[in-house]
Amino acid sequence: MSSSYEPLEWKFTQVFGDRSPVEEVTDVDVVSAIEFDETGDYIAAGDRGGRVVIFERAQEKQHGTSKKKDVSKTPEYKFHAEFQSHEPEFDYLKSLEIEEKINKIKWCTRHNTAHFLLTTNDKTIKLWKVFEKKVKQVATTNMPPSGSSNNGTVQAYRSTAAAIPVSQVKMPRLTTRETVVAASARRVFANAHAYHINSISLNSDGETYISSDDLRINLWNLSISDQSFNIVDIKPANMEELTEVITSAEFHPQHCNLFMYSSSKGTIKLGDMRSAALCDRSAKTFEEEEDPASKSFFSEIISSISDIRFSRDGRYILSRDYLTLKLWDINMESKPVKSIPIHDYLRGKLCDLYENDCIFDKFECAMNHDGSLLLTGSYHNYFHIYDRNMSGKGDGSGYGGLCLEATKFPPKQVKKGLGSKMKLGRSKTKDQKGLGISSPDINPDTIDYTKKALHVAWHPKENVIAVGAANNLYLYAA
Amino acid sequence: MAAEGDDSLYPIAILIDELKNEDIQLRLNSIRRLGTIARALGPERTRKELVPFLAESVDDEDEVLLALAEELGSFVEHVGGPDHAHVLLGPLEALANVEETVVRDKAVESLNKIAEALPTGVFEDSFVDLLRRLSQGDWFTSRTSACGLFPTAYPRISSAETKRELRTLFSALSRDETPMVRRAASTYLGRFAKQMERDVVRAEMIPLFVTLAQDEQDSVRLLAVENCALIGSMLTSDDFTNLILPTVRQCAQDKSWRVRYMVADHFNELCEAAGADITRNDLVPFFKTLLKDTEAEVRTAAALRVAGVCSAIPKEITIKHLLPCIKDLVSDANQHVRAALASVIMNLAPVFGKEDTIEYLLELFLQLLKDDFPEVRLNIISKLDAVNRVIGIELLSQSLLPAIVELAEDRQWRVRLAIIEYIPLLASQLGVEFFDEKLGNLCMTWLGDSVYSIREAATSNLKKLTEVFGVEWAQTNIIPKVVALYTHPNYLYRMTTLFAVGVLASVVGQDAINNSMLPLVIRMAQDKVPNIRFNVAKTLQVLIPLLDNASVQSRIKPCLVKMQDDTDRDVKFFATQAMQLC
Repeated sequence: MSSSYEPLEWKFTQVFGDRSPVEEVTDVDVVSAIEFDETGDYIAAGDRGGRVVIFERAQEKQHGTSKKKDVSKTPEYKFHAEFQSHEPEFDYLKSLEIEEKINKIKWCTRHNTAHFLLTTNDKTIKLWKVFEKKVKQVATTNMPPSGSSNNGTVQAYRSTAAAIPVSQVKMPRLTTRETVVAASARRVFANAHAYHINSISLNSDGETYISSDDLRINLWNLSISDQSFNIVDIKPANMEELTEVITSAEFHPQHCNLFMYSSSKGTIKLGDMRSAALCDRSAKTFEEEEDPASKSFFSEIISSISDIRFSRDGRYILSRDYLTLKLWDINMESKPVKSIPIHDYLRGKLCDLYENDCIFDKFECAMNHDGSLLLTGSYHNYFHIYDRNMSGKGDGSGYGGLCLEATKFPPKQVKKGLGSKMKLGRSKTKDQKGLGISSPDINPDTIDYTKKALHVAWHPKENVIAVGAANNLYLYAA
Repeated sequence: MAAEGDDSLYPIAILIDELKNEDIQLRLNSIRRLGTIARALGPERTRKELVPFLAESVDDEDEVLLALAEELGSFVEHVGGPDHAHVLLGPLEALANVEETVVRDKAVESLNKIAEALPTGVFEDSFVDLLRRLSQGDWFTSRTSACGLFPTAYPRISSAETKRELRTLFSALSRDETPMVRRAASTYLGRFAKQMERDVVRAEMIPLFVTLAQDEQDSVRLLAVENCALIGSMLTSDDFTNLILPTVRQCAQDKSWRVRYMVADHFNELCEAAGADITRNDLVPFFKTLLKDTEAEVRTAAALRVAGVCSAIPKEITIKHLLPCIKDLVSDANQHVRAALASVIMNLAPVFGKEDTIEYLLELFLQLLKDDFPEVRLNIISKLDAVNRVIGIELLSQSLLPAIVELAEDRQWRVRLAIIEYIPLLASQLGVEFFDEKLGNLCMTWLGDSVYSIREAATSNLKKLTEVFGVEWAQTNIIPKVVALYTHPNYLYRMTTLFAVGVLASVVGQDAINNSMLPLVIRMAQDKVPNIRFNVAKTLQVLIPLLDNASVQSRIKPCLVKMQDDTDRDVKFFATQAMQLC
């Protein structure tokens, strides 16, 4: 029901990363993964340098006056911890460099006051514990610290110690010096992937997770790092017959037995771990028949799915390919319920985008808590927010679409969207507050293709989004 | 570590200091010797100083915490006996909260030990309090730990009130929102129920059991199977039929193959708990469906239980209902299913008896012996003795031989290795004539195998054969062939001769050594490869204790003296070593 629709006012709230307007971005600083934890109070961001940075939401002061959310108050996150998750490695058997780049981060269910995160690069998954550690110092000992009396032998040291009567022996006393946030690698899940890992996803049972690479998906137990079970294997007997690869995989948020994975051919397969140990025959295949008229040299490349996400209730699947964002109903396999062109103006530029490799960029997508709003990124640091309940127009606009540019400088105040404007009903003024860029205004020739808003994440409960582009993490709220 | 086990060398003062050393190894060392520290301090100081100190040390590495959790379990004597044991509950409670499962499990184990030692009065106070706290903890880690304490705690409580409270607490845990806690509750439900009267079980535990068996999480549901057997074994057959059987049925038909796998895996326990009548009438149909399951993992687990189930039911039922399924499994598409079946099917022979085995099973054995997958054939051959006792080997031997020969020449050296290991067993079953005629040469070819492990196994095989068939047989059949090998152009095979001599020497007796082995070894001392020469010296070391002094002095010693002047250092070394035995 679009009549009750009231557009959200999105506001830029914060940016992390290098603030100075330097042109050259150091490669290791480029954000490569973003993830909110289950409460939304923490955001983890991984970069190409193998680091993970965690931001914590600043405690908002409790106003006794009203429980209702104060619109003017914006959520603020502050730095919480940073650790080096992965280091560059070299596989001597295959003569391959293994990059330290963090491909994905997932937060585990909390066990205690500490946080647990799974992080992965191309080959190795690690389980990290991030916790507040009291740095303690031993204040009193029975023996002088061995460093201070180097003249004595071990024997002498021992006999001195033995000379202390037991009645005078004291327990060491500790004093807490300071409290620091520390990270320690609890488990390392290695040597199970022959190809590059593209996704990890935790199961609702709280003890298992899957990891997927180009051809296989493995099932792990979080507490067992030396074995995993292969649940999907699409590797053909003869590698020359290879026609598709797995691009992303995710567990169903509630049903422990269901998971989905997407392929480079644009299909999404739903697997059921109940039906068989090896889920090669998928339970459902979501695929839209291609329109033969629009077939071109690039059709196959641009139909490759770069990211898939379940809605929180598990009813919908959001998928992103190069030009479109698709929303699938889990009960309808033949076509998506929504297919939203994000930047159709690029259709004429595919040749150039192929030349400069941009066509292989993998944009992520995200949904808000109730699955009504959809988010994905584009070039020129643009990112788009759509409303599931709004319909599109013939020219590809509509869907309550809102296009924003992630930038550290005061954003252009351009109101977008015929669609959203029409639905407003109450106001048709162009200088509507809020920000946005109308897609007809975008000239594909002036777009900066080096600025890519590849990574996006949505707060699990509120309208707070995180966008990762180059070496910056931008936060917006509505 | 030099001080290991000797406390006087490792003063208490240092041990205590090292409880907080930066080096985790030293901390571990001190934790492992907490008993020593406690003994030195005496019970009172242990209670007042050591235990509180340890209670504050639960932020250490998992390895240290695991050791601590274990040590505390046997600390009752150190704190002054059962009357004071309650002081240990504090640190263990903290350990039962940590995130690492192994540490928690160990803490629960130790808490259970302490619980048994506590005097009743103290128990009903402090332990039950602890149980309340853990069961209602904020984090699931403490609640999962709590589940493991109920079976021990329950029988120690006298008040009906408290007993009821415990059941309520447990019931809340089995409905917990986190699957981890529900799994823990399901894991301990059976053992907890075992501590109660049958009426209480029926009224309160069965509903929990049924709820857990219908959990939405597969990992919770599959634990119900074990409880079917545990709780079922406490009930009368009527109750089993009414209360447990529906769940067994539901699990056996569950959508998740993991749950069905659990049913197949626990089928023997289920049969035992159900008793003969229910097994025959109700469980056999489930077993049939499991043997025909769509998932190979389930069929494999079921196949492994075939012998156990068949021995629990009348033979006629097996033949009528299960045999057709077993026949299907013999030609199952999945090799692991066939291998699993092959590993147990021979155990059916004693159940069937001679005539029925010949009538029904023999053809299945023979078919499995011709299987494409080597493991299937191996599994049949390894269980041969079971059949042999029932029907004798003759009926099998004609089919056996080609299977053995094929396995003996398998491309996978591990398969060859496995069959070599069964040769002595086969030899004793087949008898000397059959062996000489058909397998003798095979055993010799292995001595020339291209893989060292096979050659090594082949030599020890010869020894075992000698033990089976006797020395005379060895002298006429084995030794000449071994001796003949020494002319091989490749030194690695010549080495095999030496190894064979070394191994065989201990079983063939002095005459054989003197007459055929020793001359050969001495001749090989002139081999041009130093590696052979020093192995000669090593072999001589083996032979010396087996021979009388005269031949050692007259034949071995001169040879060794000569070898001590060898140009090669290793040869010299081993020759000198051998000389010391002369």
